[in-house]
Amino acid sequence: MDAEISARILSLAGWISAQRWSGVLDVVPALTSVAVHVSAEAAMSGHVEPLLERALLEPHIESSSDGALVEIAVAYGGSDGRDLQAVAEAVRLSPEQVVRRHCAVTYRVFMLGFLPGFPYLGVVDPSIQVPRHSVPRTRVAAGSVGLAGAQTGIYPCDSPGGWQIIGRTQEVLFDAERTPPARLNPGDRVRFVPAVIA
Amino acid sequence: MNALTVERAGLLSTVQDGGRWGLQHLGVSVSGWMDDWSARLANRLAGNPDGEAVVEVTWLGPTLRAEGALTIAIAGAVFDVTIDGRRARTPLVGPLPEGATIEFGERRAGTRAYVAVRGGIAVAPVLGSRSTDIRSGLGGMKGRRLRTGDRLPVGAGAISATEIRTLVPAPWIGAAPKLRVLPMGADTPAAHERFVRLCDARYRLASASDRTGYRLTADRPLPDADAALISQPVATGTVQLPPGGSPLLLMADRQTTGGYATVAVVTSADLPLAGQLGPGDACTFVPSDWAEALRALEEREQALDRTAARIR
Repeated sequence: MDAEISARILSLAGWISAQRWSGVLDVVPALTSVAVHVSAEAAMSGHVEPLLERALLEPHIESSSDGALVEIAVAYGGSDGRDLQAVAEAVRLSPEQVVRRHCAVTYRVFMLGFLPGFPYLGVVDPSIQVPRHSVPRTRVAAGSVGLAGAQTGIYPCDSPGGWQIIGRTQEVLFDAERTPPARLNPGDRVRFVPAVIA
Repeated sequence: MNALTVERAGLLSTVQDGGRWGLQHLGVSVSGWMDDWSARLANRLAGNPDGEAVVEVTWLGPTLRAEGALTIAIAGAVFDVTIDGRRARTPLVGPLPEGATIEFGERRAGTRAYVAVRGGIAVAPVLGSRSTDIRSGLGGMKGRRLRTGDRLPVGAGAISATEIRTLVPAPWIGAAPKLRVLPMGADTPAAHERFVRLCDARYRLASASDRTGYRLTADRPLPDADAALISQPVATGTVQLPPGGSPLLLMADRQTTGGYATVAVVTSADLPLAGQLGPGDACTFVPSDWAEALRALEEREQALDRTAARIR
């Protein structure tokens, strides 16, 4: 996870979608790449490819402004964060220290994926990085805040999932009836604030 | 408003259209019909524009009753059906009078059939699409598969069919397809080797195959790919190689990104063939290139035009 590469990826993706080229259905940024999905008609006419080749040469994609700063209140530990104790033991810290270090970083939303509105946030303090569960849980509750290596994330809805769950937020991360539907967008910055330490 | 009511839901019947495009950067799956060609054929036979929502029927079909006089068309997997008391075999188009039922019977070939109604299935669009995304609970009938008692509103449209007319099924329905693929992913000797070996093996769909993707059992060992990669975007038709040697072919309900090594992508022209596969079915991959992929796509479109023009 590299913030500088991510900034260039998001800037390129943002620029391509802003062009509103006909036949472009989706522009999807990930950590180090951008996917451009085009319609069958656009693929057959071949007009998007040369535009993309030129876009890659444009200097504009170097600049990128930071997104919004969003504070997320999290209830850590207890039934809301049932892996907190095990995570603390694995990294030889107290649960309070894990929480403090999780809250000390202003994270970047590198991308959204897995589920509507699921943010991949980084970079997690190396002293509290833990691998995901080898066997995913069949159900993780909506709002659960998890750790997976250098990434931390929030489950927007009940779902199977393998991340180490350390807390839970009441924030609604995705609502199809809302405009925009996702609470967080790629490029936004996120701070976690402890609501309760159980 | 006219409607179709569900008297028997079948195994997995969902409302689908061309998909929920434009929101993959927010993690929203595209979903939509698995066999684009057959779904659009059903729409054209019913007298609809290509993009109207239809019912995707899987393996065991439903029984649907008309509220109001409807024109109904079915394409894709081949089923014996009873339509207003008369036996027929799909693909077909015909009238479904007020109160009459279309009852799906034995499945003869293929996995997914599409039921189009003139005027389209008119459930409210969610985020620009009527497609059902079951994993996220979006669109279609309350974000879920159809159940007995559901009432599907049907859009306005004049009755066009006066008698049942049947067509010859598309030749690839029920066949073990040779899916044309383009190499995708890293440009390294190891990646090239994986692509070549992918195209040498023969596959069957494992039981854990659904609208999200197909898990493929190979008839010979495949090379191990790099265990964990960073998330990268994926497409419908992307072939991933997770550790363990069982490739995954990503389908309509796929996630927007994935972390497994990507080996290949099925050409758009052949995705409708993949969309007709179910657990136990066989397929192979054949190397292709961009020029052939575009030519094949044009041919597939022309075949759709020709087939739809046979009934007018």
